[in-house]
Amino acid sequence: MNQNPVFRVVAKILFAPIIMFGLYVQFHGDFGPGGGFQAGVIIAAAFILHALVFGLQAGRQIISARVNLWMMVLGVTIYGAVGIVSMAKGGLFLDYTALTGSVGSGQHIGILVVEFGVGLTVTSVMLALFHAFAGFVEDRAND
Amino acid sequence: MMVGLVIDIFLLALLVLIAVMVVRTGRLYAVIVMSGAYSLTSAAIFVNLDAVDVAFTEAAVGAGISTVLFLAAMAYIPADEKPSQNRNLLAGVICIGAGALLLFAVMDLPSLGDAMAPVHQHVAPRYLAESGSALHIPNVVTTVLASYRGFDTLGETIVVFTAGLGVLMLLAGATRTKRVKTDNRKVAAKTAKPKTNKPKSATKTARTKA
Repeated sequence: MNQNPVFRVVAKILFAPIIMFGLYVQFHGDFGPGGGFQAGVIIAAAFILHALVFGLQAGRQIISARVNLWMMVLGVTIYGAVGIVSMAKGGLFLDYTALTGSVGSGQHIGILVVEFGVGLTVTSVMLALFHAFAGFVEDRAND
Repeated sequence: MMVGLVIDIFLLALLVLIAVMVVRTGRLYAVIVMSGAYSLTSAAIFVNLDAVDVAFTEAAVGAGISTVLFLAAMAYIPADEKPSQNRNLLAGVICIGAGALLLFAVMDLPSLGDAMAPVHQHVAPRYLAESGSALHIPNVVTTVLASYRGFDTLGETIVVFTAGLGVLMLLAGATRTKRVKTDNRKVAAKTAKPKTNKPKSATKTARTKA
């Protein structure tokens, strides 16, 4: 928890634009540099900034530890599910062309969904790591 | 061409300088900040090599999140490195010998940007030709990462996931047992605790019954 008004105002102003930029990097990876890994880290950075300035408890009120864990699992599951769906549609595992039957749209949708899964896992893992480290310290300080 | 060379020399010299400073200093806070600077310099080098995707990742992960996580971890280790007393001559000789061998091996590598290098002869031409026209995705890095080598990336994602789980089991597990202890010490004054416990145990018994 930081009482300095400069930190608090700057963090409040920056929070949304950082997430916006992360989403841009996430969904623009087909055309420019970027993708799930980078976007995941950027979005996690926004939440970490929030937690650094407003405290870990405030951060956990946005995304609770339980939700965080489920997000980690969900990201990997989404990725794997795309592979299973493409198999169910008659293609090979992770053969995106089989998703819609055409190369253009199938690859596009496949890559977009898969990258979303990557982004979700990376965001939540980074956030969980930060809270694990910072929370551990806070607990020891309380003892 | 000339400008690129000057930038390359400057950045590589900076990289060596930071590396030497990291080795020389004993204060761990300084080491963390300087390894962040090391990552940022590497990112600049990657940009100079036209590898923007790699540079982006290096800047975000290496210079950004890693530094924050290291700083968070710093809070429960001593601020200074233990001064090491032993100057092992044999270790120094082995290090210099291995470094010399690596430099010798570099001589055999194809020169930077060589179109005839083996790595540009195998599947890369197909990726470059197909990605834009057949798959309609201009960024070849994304198609290689997510489509041509989608299986690899699934593995990478699982590695990130597993690493996160591992740290959570080590650290969050420790905090949870501690929290339970402190809760017991404060007696069951908080009525919220049994309230949250009841439905859990109820579902547990329901599950075991089912």
